[in-house]
Order: sequence, then C-alpha cells, then structure tokens
Amino acid sequence: MKKKKMEQFIGFMFLRVCIGLVILALVVILYDIFSKGSGVINWEFLSAMPRKGMTEGGIFPAIVGTFLVTIITALLSIPLGMGCAIYLNEYARKGKVTRLIRMSIRNLSGVPSIVYGLFGVVVFVQLLQLNTSILSAGLTLGLMTLPWTITASEEALKNVPQSYRDGSLALGATKWQSIRTNVLPYSIPGMLTGAILGLSRAAGETAPILFTGAAFYLPFLPKSFSDQFMALPYHLYIMSTQHHAIEKVRPIAYGTALVLIVLIFCMNFVAIIVRYKLRKVKME
Amino acid sequence: MNTMIKEKKSNQKNVEQEVISAELEENNMKVRVENFNFYYDTTQALKDINLEIKANSVVGIIGPSGCGKSTFLRCFNRMNDTISSIRYEGKIRIDEKNIFDDNLDVVDLRRNVGMVFQKSNPFPKSIFENIAYGLKINGIKDKNFIAQKVEESLKNAALWDEIKDRLHKSAFALSGGQQQRLCIARALAIEPEVLLLDEPASALDPIATAKIEELIHELKKKYTILIVTHNMQQAARVSDYTAFFMLGELIECDETNKIFTNPSKKITEDYVTGRFG
Repeated sequence: MKKKKMEQFIGFMFLRVCIGLVILALVVILYDIFSKGSGVINWEFLSAMPRKGMTEGGIFPAIVGTFLVTIITALLSIPLGMGCAIYLNEYARKGKVTRLIRMSIRNLSGVPSIVYGLFGVVVFVQLLQLNTSILSAGLTLGLMTLPWTITASEEALKNVPQSYRDGSLALGATKWQSIRTNVLPYSIPGMLTGAILGLSRAAGETAPILFTGAAFYLPFLPKSFSDQFMALPYHLYIMSTQHHAIEKVRPIAYGTALVLIVLIFCMNFVAIIVRYKLRKVKME
Repeated sequence: MNTMIKEKKSNQKNVEQEVISAELEENNMKVRVENFNFYYDTTQALKDINLEIKANSVVGIIGPSGCGKSTFLRCFNRMNDTISSIRYEGKIRIDEKNIFDDNLDVVDLRRNVGMVFQKSNPFPKSIFENIAYGLKINGIKDKNFIAQKVEESLKNAALWDEIKDRLHKSAFALSGGQQQRLCIARALAIEPEVLLLDEPASALDPIATAKIEELIHELKKKYTILIVTHNMQQAARVSDYTAFFMLGELIECDETNKIFTNPSKKITEDYVTGRFG
C-alpha cells in the first residue's frame, strides 16, 4: 500500500513541477517586459512619430501599420478559410483525396514563416506587381494564417451535431439551406475564435513582412494599402538588434514589446468575448 | 406554397374518397417496394424486399438489432443518400412514382415523406422556430400562415396545451417526451403524406411512450405511417400491419393480429414470443 501511495506522490510531484516551470517562464517573461517597458509608455509614446533616428518619440506608425496589415490579413484569411472549411467538412466526399488535402493543410501550418515571406516576395511583390506594400504583407500573412483558420473552422463545424443536418434535410431543406440555417449559425463562434487567434499570431510575425512591405523607418503614415509601413514586431526587431544605439533605445524596444503583447492579449480577449456572446445567443 | 398545401389537401380528400369507393385493394396502395436491395459498400443490408403499404395504415417494422429496419426506413426519404458508398437496386414507389427516379427531386421527396428520428433532435431554437423552420426553408414567408400552422401542428402532435405559454422559449427546455412530440409536430407542419418514425419512443418513459402511441392512432387518419420499433408490445399496440425483418430479409408481413397470434413462419413465432432476439 505504501509503495502505491509513494508512486502516486512522485507522479503528482512530477506533474506539479512541469506546470510550475511553464508558469515560471511565463511570469519571468511578462515581468521582465512589464517592468522595463511600462516606464516609457505614455500618450506621446503611443501617438507620436519616432524622432531623431528613432531614439526618441513614439511608435504610432508601427501601431497603425500593424493594424492595417492585420485588416488585410483578416480579409483574406477569414472568408477563404471558412469557405475551405465548409467545403472540406460538408461537401467533399470522405475519402483518400480529402484526407490528403486535409493533411497537407495541417502540414502547411508547420511551414516556417520565413518561407511564407519569401513566397510572398515572389508571388505578391514581383509576380502580381503589388510591390513592397501593406497589401503584399497582409496577403502573405493571410496565406500563413489560412491553415489555422481552416483547421479551427473545421473543428467548429464538426462540433455541430449531425442530427441538426439530418433534421433539416429530412424537412426538405437543400444541403445549402441546411448548412446556412442549421449549421453555420452554431459554428460561427468557433470559427471566429479560431480566426482571431490566427490573426493575433499573424500580427506578431516578423519574417513574412520583412521582405514584403515592412519598412525600417518611416516618419509618416502610409497613405494607402500600396504603401510601405512600419509594424510593431519588425520595429521591435530593429530596436533590439539593428539600431546604431542599441543601449539607448532599449527602453523603447521594451515599450514596443509591451504594446505588442497587450495588443495580442486584447485580440485574444475579443475572441473570448465573441465566443461567449454568440454562444449565449445560440442558447436562447 | 399556401395554395400548394390547399391543393394537396383537396388531393388528399380525393384520395380518401377514392379509397372508399375503390373496390380493388390495389388502388389503395400508397407505397410499394419492389425487389429492393440495399448495399453498404459490399455488404448487402437489405435483400430482395417486396412490400405493399395501404394508405392511412400503420406498418410496424420489427426485428432483431442490425436486421436492417432503420436502413429500410431511411430508404423511403432517401436519408441514406447522405452516406457515401451506398448502392440500391429495385424500386420503391410512393403513389406509383419510383422515388429513385433520376428526375425525382430528393428535396421534394423529403417534403412529402416526413421523418422522426430515434433520438429527438430539436434545433437550438425556440419551440416556435423549430416548427416554423420547415415552412420557412420551403419558401413560406406569410407570418400569419406560419403562426397558424405552428399552432395547428402542435395541436396535432398533442403538445399545444402543455407549451402554449412558452412558445418562444428554447426547445431544449422541454422534457424528452415533449421534445420527441415537438419533432413530430415539426414533421407534420410541412404536411407530408407518409411519416417515418424510427424508434420514436425508445428513449422515453412509459407515460411519454403512451402519449406518442396515442398520437400515432390519431395521425393515421391523415398519414401513412411506418414505424420501426424494438418493442414488440408497441408494434402490437400501434400498427395495423407488422413486417418482421431478419438479417436483411423481410421474413413476413401481415396483419398485426396475425403476426402476433398465428404467423405463417416458425421463425416469426419464435421472435414474437421472445424465444430469441
């Protein structure tokens, strides 16, 4: 008996250490960034242009750039991803080909982001002549998030009981009617949650926008979607590794990191709210 | 649609009158199954079924688990079509029209052949919206007509009195038996002619079951009903005819009374008397 209890104790301790280490890492990162970054955060930092070779001033253009590029990403990846997921889950015949397609999509999410970046240069910047712009970068990020959006949307569709589909088909609904009126309304919260999480990941990416549109330093805001832009993650990368006065701009780098983290946290929070709201509607 | 339903009603009346005046029983046959075979991939689930069903009768389909009862039932509204790699041979005629005809629209067929599933499946909508759903997807927009039809269907399904004060509450708040009657009401709202019931009372307590059975007695005045059941007493209580299936074959189909008292095959007798199954 004692041996059994001992084993259980050791097992539980091991699991506790695992979770403890993970939480510790998270806390250390957050503490480091908050403690060193919060000092520079003020209204000017958020709303002003960078000045004097980015050693002073704010990060306003980077915030705007990240915001704009995320809009393009969303416009590409949400409708396309949902469409693909609906087709794969509802229409495609269940067989080897569909399985292969699905597997390929899952694998695409493992492709390094720099590869997407180079792909974006070839296709959007050069082939489609979109140049280095918000559009090119947004589309590249959109492609990168597609596997996430598709997979999350498919999971959301799978969560809708088959009996909802059968029930409406048996009442004389066409397949499209059944999907539109009795499947989509109950899967949209899950789809949106997945899409927003995908977007928040895209918003923090550097590699895909590196060659497709992000600029080192622009003292003005982009005028259209075909202009170059500054972005938070790229700005952070510059400030922490490429700047001529790295020690001097370190606080700005921390401040940028903090803004980026808060922004992504906000997006995830929105995802939670959306899911909660829509789920409530569904239950009524 | 409004007129469609009216037309159909008058057609139904004509059929009823014909039924009364017809001397030949054949004219009275609502459904005919002819040399029907059904395969899942390479497994044959139904073997050479021949069966005729009179209009306004209740046919109970009994047999041990896995004998093909549910598969058979799901052929009448072609719900099996949603499964890939199925195949059928032979014909099922409803009002003399083969439902597997290439030019038959399966959506129209399902409008005409209602189905209630084994596990009640209310949609996550209000009670009202559940019933109105079938009307709406069939293109009816007239709000008054929908409201009137919802009430009528709920009354026909003997549910109205219990829920009339909470029509706009979630259908999930109903009890199991009420949910199943809601599903019946939902099927009735679009005025089918044939009603398929797949073990509608298998998950219900005896009181709820009794209500459903009572309902079936009422419904056969207007509909032709096929009911799959595991419960032999239930088949004996509700059906006019009983079909006994085993291993994908229709062993015997006759008047319920005869099947339960004096079946022509030994194996049927063994099953209905509970010697196996």
